[in-house]
Amino acid sequence: MSLKEKLISSYLAFEDYLEDDSPIHDLRNKAIKTFEDSGFPTKKEESWKYTSLNALLKEDFSVFSKKEAAVEFKDVKKYFLHDIDTYKIVFVDGLYSSFLSSTTHDGMDICLLSAALSKDKYKPIIETYFNKAAKEESLTSLNTAFAKEGAYIYIPKHKEVEKPIEIINFYTGSEAALMLQPRNLIIVAENAHIQIIERHQSLSENAVLTNSVTEIFAEKRAFVDYYKIQNDLSSASLIDSTYIKQERESVCSVHTFSFGGKLTRNNLNFYQYGEHCNSILKGVTIIEEKQHVDHNTLVHHIAPNCESHQDYKGIFDDSATGVFNGKILVEREAQKLDAFQQNNNILISDKATINSKPQLEIFADDVKCSHGCTIGQLDNEAMFYLRSRGIGEKEARALLMYAFANNVLESVKIPELKQRINKLIARKIGVSLGFDV
Amino acid sequence: MLKIKNLHASVEDKDILKGINLTINSGEVHAIMGPNGSGKSTFASVIAGKDEFEVTSGEILLNGKDIKDLDPEERAHKGVFLSFQYPVEIPGVSVTNFIKTAINETRKSKGLEDMPAAEMLKKIKEKADLLEIDRKFLSRSLNEGFSGGEKKRNEIFQMAMMEPKLAILDETDSGLDIDALKIVANGVNKLRSSENAVIVITHYQRLLDYIVPDYVHVLLDGKIVKSGTKELAYKLEEKGYDWIKEEVKA
Repeated sequence: MSLKEKLISSYLAFEDYLEDDSPIHDLRNKAIKTFEDSGFPTKKEESWKYTSLNALLKEDFSVFSKKEAAVEFKDVKKYFLHDIDTYKIVFVDGLYSSFLSSTTHDGMDICLLSAALSKDKYKPIIETYFNKAAKEESLTSLNTAFAKEGAYIYIPKHKEVEKPIEIINFYTGSEAALMLQPRNLIIVAENAHIQIIERHQSLSENAVLTNSVTEIFAEKRAFVDYYKIQNDLSSASLIDSTYIKQERESVCSVHTFSFGGKLTRNNLNFYQYGEHCNSILKGVTIIEEKQHVDHNTLVHHIAPNCESHQDYKGIFDDSATGVFNGKILVEREAQKLDAFQQNNNILISDKATINSKPQLEIFADDVKCSHGCTIGQLDNEAMFYLRSRGIGEKEARALLMYAFANNVLESVKIPELKQRINKLIARKIGVSLGFDV
Repeated sequence: MLKIKNLHASVEDKDILKGINLTINSGEVHAIMGPNGSGKSTFASVIAGKDEFEVTSGEILLNGKDIKDLDPEERAHKGVFLSFQYPVEIPGVSVTNFIKTAINETRKSKGLEDMPAAEMLKKIKEKADLLEIDRKFLSRSLNEGFSGGEKKRNEIFQMAMMEPKLAILDETDSGLDIDALKIVANGVNKLRSSENAVIVITHYQRLLDYIVPDYVHVLLDGKIVKSGTKELAYKLEEKGYDWIKEEVKA
């Protein structure tokens, strides 16, 4: 039985557990139908041309985790941003871990999607928001059909959340191979502020495929800073689809740090519905061996007087492969737009590959759109400069790679996170930089 | 200290240096002048070890040992310093962190421990004062957004920190106004001692008013065609290079 067939038959079993009056039952039925009709994406689709799921889908993934596994805090402490206080929503093998989580708070909801889907008091919100930003794509639909757990966050008007929220998904290896479908719903009301750090972390060498979907609604003047840390083991693959719907004067940023995993696909979609929105998409990818990271971005400019900034840096070693597919879609009404997109790549090895493809579709006539893409090696002149100061070749390369990735780090607003990522980069590059970064 | 014998170097099979002979003793300042394309910057880069250039024959003896096969960092560890004509921007690495790394890497090569933080700080402060460098400047990213003058001053600051045996200043005067030029020259003069030597590469005699050379050499088409004292620099300033070209032909 193929994974697709397995998923479809599992859905029938899963449906028995669902309550009939669940507001999203019909949605799930429709979603599984969409998945059944379209199946897993293949390289024949333009946006999947350089990323093949074929090898991955041959794995015999379990669709549900059968047993609950215990995780000790001391074993996973290092994956948290432990040097500052944060809210924590933690899942182990797809199930909420109240033991590892820390969500005490007043006047806002930082809780679980399962609660939001089942409790009456959340019904109006679920009906208004759930699956309203997500696109009807096959993998997202698959997630919608199976979505039962994830973070549910609602920040009311004028609330500035005083500390970052960490959403962490651990996978223990309780199954030989497991497919997970986490689903996050985040609503940031008018003039509210939020910072979120999301991480998927495998704790064993057993295979895991995570098909994650996150919907974010940024209301008028809302501020959202979202950080994705992708530094998983080489047995873990991630397909992350994030949809952000922005109302007027909202500012949303997503930083994606991709340093690990087997296959990682980021579908990052911004929709600007109100005037004077700003969307910021930044990424640093540093991978080696046979790792694969694909950034597929869309910024859909619907309203006038908006901005968007995309800046993705990639460093590829060994046989690593990268994809950057960045689309800016400008509707006729979206006048006076300022959209910027940049993708710079360094190939360290002759066998490493990057496919970089900017796509601009512009239907407005009074806009400023610019894009640039570079693929190269480390600058020889810069190498000579550093070495002439007594810095060895290896350290000089590390410093230059660090410098190359650095301007993306500049805009990380949580200092402890910035420091953490700096250290991850230093470790990834494999040297001590000789000073505290 | 430095003895260069019949040095030939080429890039992509194009000969640039065509047999340079030069002897520099400790405590001396030598100026190398010449028109564009004569090979001045190549000469500086070859001594510092840029691998883009191939040394096809000859020797570069530093204190009696040939350094021509050493990596640039190894030459730096032996006390060679090149002040770049176009210093490279390194975003995210501050001037202070960069110089700390450079000094400690050099110490490591000699089997020494890292310089203690307090000592490092004191030295940075002292050398920054010498070059009239603002403290704020030291926490900025290396060369990023620096003016031409700031870049050059920063090069000399690095030189002051590294305390080289042999300093090569490649067009350090370009992009400097007269005040910056005086500060930089003053910095270089303060660093001069009987233990070290300086090679000043320049187009113009202007810098040589402030860093007074013991010898002036004229580089033409990859060869030193004339050597003299600082009066030669004045003559070049006044008459240009054509008369030397004529002399060489004759």
